Amino acid sequence: METTMTFEYAPAPESRAIVTIKPKYGHFIGGKFVPGGKHFPTINPATEEVLSQIALGGKADVDAAVKAARKAYANTWSKMSGKERGKYLYRIARIMQERAREFAVLETLDNGKPIRESRDTDIPLAAAHFFYHAGWADKLEYAGLGTSPKPLGVAGQIIPWNFPLLMLAWKVAPALAAGNTVVLKPAESTPLTALLFAEVCQQAELPAGVVNIVTGDGSTGALIVNHPGIDKIAFTGSTEVGKIIARAVAPTNKSVTLELGGKAANIVFDDAPIDETVEGIVNGIFFNQGHVCCAGSRLLLQENVAEEVLHKLKNRMEKIRVGDPMDKNTDVGAINSKEQLAKIIELAAVGDSEGAERWSPACTLPNKGFWFAPTIFTGVTQAHRIAREEIFGPVLSVLTFRTPAEAIEKANNTPFGLSAGIWSEKGSRTLWASQQLRAGVIWANTFNKFDPTSPFGGYKESGWGREGGRHGLSGYLKGVSHE
Amino acid sequence: MSNRIDVKKTYKLYINGAFPRSESGRTYEVKNAKGVFVANPCLASRKDLRDAVVAARAAHPGWNKATAYNRGQILYRIAEMLEGRRGQFVEEIVNVTGITKVKADKEVTQAIDRLVWYAGWTDKIASLAGSTNPVAGPFYNFTIPESMGVVAAIAPESPSLLGLIDAIAPIITSGNTVVVLASTKAPLSAMTFAEVLATSDLPAGVINILTGKKDEIAPWMASHMDIDALDISGLSSKKHADIKVAGAENLKRIHSFKSADPGRIIAFMEAKTVWHPIGL
Amino acid sequence: MSFYGLVDGTDASLKSYLGNLSGVDQVGAEARAAMLATRSIKTTSKRWAIDTAITMVDLTTLEGADTPGKVKALCTKAVRPDPTDSSVPSVGAVCVYNDMVSVARTHLDLIGGQYVPVAAVSTAFPSGRASMPVKIQDTQDAIDAGAAEIDMVIDRGAFLAGRYIDVFNEIVQIREVCGDKAHLKVIFETGELVTYDNVRKASFLAMAAGADFIKTSTGKVAPAATPPVVLVMLEAVRDFYEMTQVRIGVKPAGGIRNTKDAIKQLVLVNETVGPDWLNPKLFRIGASALLNDLLMQRMKMDDGYYTSPQYVTMD
Repeated sequence: METTMTFEYAPAPESRAIVTIKPKYGHFIGGKFVPGGKHFPTINPATEEVLSQIALGGKADVDAAVKAARKAYANTWSKMSGKERGKYLYRIARIMQERAREFAVLETLDNGKPIRESRDTDIPLAAAHFFYHAGWADKLEYAGLGTSPKPLGVAGQIIPWNFPLLMLAWKVAPALAAGNTVVLKPAESTPLTALLFAEVCQQAELPAGVVNIVTGDGSTGALIVNHPGIDKIAFTGSTEVGKIIARAVAPTNKSVTLELGGKAANIVFDDAPIDETVEGIVNGIFFNQGHVCCAGSRLLLQENVAEEVLHKLKNRMEKIRVGDPMDKNTDVGAINSKEQLAKIIELAAVGDSEGAERWSPACTLPNKGFWFAPTIFTGVTQAHRIAREEIFGPVLSVLTFRTPAEAIEKANNTPFGLSAGIWSEKGSRTLWASQQLRAGVIWANTFNKFDPTSPFGGYKESGWGREGGRHGLSGYLKGVSHE
Repeated sequence: MSNRIDVKKTYKLYINGAFPRSESGRTYEVKNAKGVFVANPCLASRKDLRDAVVAARAAHPGWNKATAYNRGQILYRIAEMLEGRRGQFVEEIVNVTGITKVKADKEVTQAIDRLVWYAGWTDKIASLAGSTNPVAGPFYNFTIPESMGVVAAIAPESPSLLGLIDAIAPIITSGNTVVVLASTKAPLSAMTFAEVLATSDLPAGVINILTGKKDEIAPWMASHMDIDALDISGLSSKKHADIKVAGAENLKRIHSFKSADPGRIIAFMEAKTVWHPIGL
Repeated sequence: MSFYGLVDGTDASLKSYLGNLSGVDQVGAEARAAMLATRSIKTTSKRWAIDTAITMVDLTTLEGADTPGKVKALCTKAVRPDPTDSSVPSVGAVCVYNDMVSVARTHLDLIGGQYVPVAAVSTAFPSGRASMPVKIQDTQDAIDAGAAEIDMVIDRGAFLAGRYIDVFNEIVQIREVCGDKAHLKVIFETGELVTYDNVRKASFLAMAAGADFIKTSTGKVAPAATPPVVLVMLEAVRDFYEMTQVRIGVKPAGGIRNTKDAIKQLVLVNETVGPDWLNPKLFRIGASALLNDLLMQRMKMDDGYYTSPQYVTMD
C-alpha cells in the first residue's frame, strides 16, 4: 500500500433512465398540453446536447392562457373554499416528493447544476414551498391583511433559469394558496421541469386553467406583462428588465412584485469561526455556479485577518470539484448558457484590466459545454466595476475594511440591497451589523439558506416585495386599505 | 349469503406506540345503539395513565425538536391514512352511536379536513404567536412561543371522532405530547384511530390514548405532577372546579374549548422572550 | 522540551496559546461534515477505500472478561482477517489492556504477525481517574510487555475545570515514558468534552504537548467519533502542520460500525488534511465489528452479489 496514494473518486453518475424527455413540447393551457407554433431547442449546457424542442409562445398562446386562467378563476378557483384549494396544493407537494428524483435529474440536465444540489436543495425546497403554502389557503384571515383578504385574480409570472423548479414553486404556491390563477413562463433555457410540473398538476387533478405554462423567450414574457387580462405581475430576473416591467405597468392597475439582482457583501470580522467562515464564503459564491441573485459576491475581510482567510480560502478552493453535473460528487457544474458564459468572461476580463489580481485553482474543464473555473479577485475596491456590477457567475471580488462602521458603509454602498452575510462569534456585533445593513435577507454565520417560512426579497434596486412566509402572501392578496 | 364468522377486533390501549391491555386487566362493555354487545374495550387505570405520562414525557424532547415542517408532514400523513380508511370509521360510528350514515360520513370528512387544517398550522403558529418587540433600548428583543411538555386531554363524548381530533391535534401541533382519554360510551373510533397513528410515522409516545371512565381518570390527571397542562373540554363543567383545585398543585395550565381555532394551539404554548444587546 | 516553540510550559503561555484559537461554529461544522458524507465512492475508489480502511483498523478488545484465549483469537483475525482470502491485508494494530500486551505480542510473533504492532490503552483507561504514579506505571508496564503504541486518556475533569496546564503536563510526562519505544495517542473522550470548541482546544493542547496521534474516544462513551468531531480534529491537525511542518495522526474510535461509516471518515481525511494522511501511519480507526463489514463489502465487490455474516469469522 503506497503511503501517499491520492483518493481519486471514481465516476459516480446518477442514472438518466428515470426521466423521459419528449422530443417536442407545446404549452400547458386549460389543463391540457396543446401544440405550439415555432420551436427552439433547449440544451444540456454541460454537453451542448439538444434535449428537446420547446414552443415559442406568441400572442395567440398568451391570449389562450390568460383566457383559460380567467375562466378558471371566475368559475372555479375563486368560488372554491380555501380548505379545498389547500388540498390541491398538498397533493401537488406530495406528488413532487414522490417524483423528486425524476425532477432532480431533469433539472440538472436542463440547467447544468450538480445533481447533488438539485437532489438535496432545489427539489426538496420546492416541494416544501408547496406544502407550506397549502396550509395558508384556509388561514388567510390570520395573515395580518384583514379578516377576509381577497386574491388579485390572474397572475402573470416570469421566472429565471437559475433555480427553475424552485422559482416556479416560489411563484405558483403562494399565488394559488391566496386564490389566484396563474400564467407562468419558465426561462428560455430551462423549461423542462416546469413542463413536468404541468404533469403533476394533472396527476393532482388540479382544475383546468388554474395553472397555465407558456414557454418562450423575452418576447413571450413581454406579451404576458403587457396583457390587459393580467391583474398581477411577478418577475424574478435582472434589475434591468425589472425596471422595464415597472415602467410598462405604471399606467395600469396591475400589482407588481420584483425579485431582481444583487451584489451582496459577505462581511468577515476578525472573531469569525474561521473554518466555517471559509465554507460560507465558498458556499456564498460558488454554490449554483454563482448563478444566485443573493450570492455573496463581495467578500469584505477585516484587514487584520485578510491574509489568513485568503490563504485558507485558496486551500479550500483547491478541493472544489468542477465537472459533470450528473456526477454525484460534483460541486460546481456548468454555466447555464453560452450567453451567460460570455458575460462572465467579459466581466472577469474587466477585473483584470482594472488591476485586480485574479486567482483560480487548477481545474480540468470539459471540452464541450460551458464552463468557468471558480475565481477570486483580490485587491478589489468599491470603485472597481467588478465590485459594483452583478457578474452572476463563480467570481468573487475581495475587498478589505478596518472597522465595523467601514464594513457597513462599504456593504451598503450599492444600489442593490438583496442580501448580506456577517461572520463573527460576537452576538451583539452580529445584531448591530444586521441592524445597519440595508438588505432584505441577512445571513449570520451561514449563507444561502432558504425556507418557505422565511421571507425573501430586496431593498432598493433589488426589487419590490417578499416571497415566502406571512409577508410573502401580501403580494397575492388585496389588502383592505390599498386602492 | 355465506355463514362466514367474522374475526372480531380486540380493542386495547395505545401507549408508547404499542397496544397494551390495561395493567388492571379490567374491561367494560360497549353496546351499540340497539343495545347489542359490540366489544370489551379496556377500562384504563391510574397506572395506565402513569405509564402513558412516562411515555409522553420521554417522547417530548424529540417531538419538540423536530422541525415544524416535519410535524406538519406527519399530521398530514395521519390525514392520508384516515382518508384511506374512512369507510371503516363511518361504519364503526354508525354502529356504536346510532347516528345516520350521512351524519357519520360528514363527521369523518370533517375529522380528516380538521387534521389537514392543523397540519398547516405547525409552521405558521409562530408567525401569529411570536414577535419581535421594539423595546426602548439597544436590545434585540423577540418572543418565541414554545411547547409546554406533556398535556393531558379529555375528549368529549360526542362527536366521538371529531372531538378526539380536536383534543389531540392542537396540542401536538406545537411540539407537546399528549395523553388523551377517549369518549367513554363510544371509544372504538379512538382505538381504530390509534391504528391510523401507528401507520403514520408518528414517533412512539407522542400520542397516547386511553379508554375508560372520566370520573376515575380525570382526578389522577389533575393531580399528576408531571403533566404540564390539561384540556378538559370533554369534562362536564360541573367537574371543572375540582379539577382546577387539584391542578393548582403544580400550577397546571387548564383550558376548556368550544371550537377549533389557533387559540387552541396557542393556549398550550409558553411565550419565551429573549433580550440581546445590539452593539459593537 | 521545546513544544515546537508554541508554548513555554507555563500556565500563562498555554492559556494564551489556547485562547488565540478561533472558535468553531457548531451548525457550520456539522453542515460541512454532512456535505462530505454525500460523497459517492464507487467501483475502484470503493475497493481501494475498503482495503485502505482494513489496514487502518486498530482491532480492539477492551473488556473485563478478556482472557488470553480471546486475545489470541483477536490476534489471529488481525493478521489474517479472512482465512479464505489471503489477498486481504492485515489490520493496523491490535489494541488491548496492558496486562494482555505480552499475550498479544507473543501470539502475533508466533503466527507471522511480527509487523502488526500492539497498542495498549493506559493511564487508568477509560476514566483516567487515578494518581499520576499509577498512570505512569500503567504506561511503563505496557511498554515493558512489548506495546509499540500507547493510547492514553486525558484527565477530562481537569480539562472541564479549566486546569489545562495539568492536562498538558500529564501528556508531557507520558510522552517521556514512551520515549522512542512507543508512539503516543492521546484520547480526548470527545463525548465528555461536548463542544467543538473544547475538541479544538484539546487537539492543539495535545499536539503541542507531544502527541503523535490525537484520538476521539475510549469507545465506552457515546457520542464518540461523529463526523463533525473528526472534521474538527482534522482541521486542527491541518493547521498544526502549517505551523510546525509536523504531521500528527488522527484516530476516530467508537461508533464506526460499517463500511459506509469508514469511507465517510476517509473522505473527511481526503478533503481536510489531504491524501498524505490516508495511510496507517497517520490515520487509524478504532473498531471491532467494522472489520467484518469491510470484509463483506469487499466480498460483494469481488463476487457481485450480497453476502452473509456466515461467510466471515466471528473472531
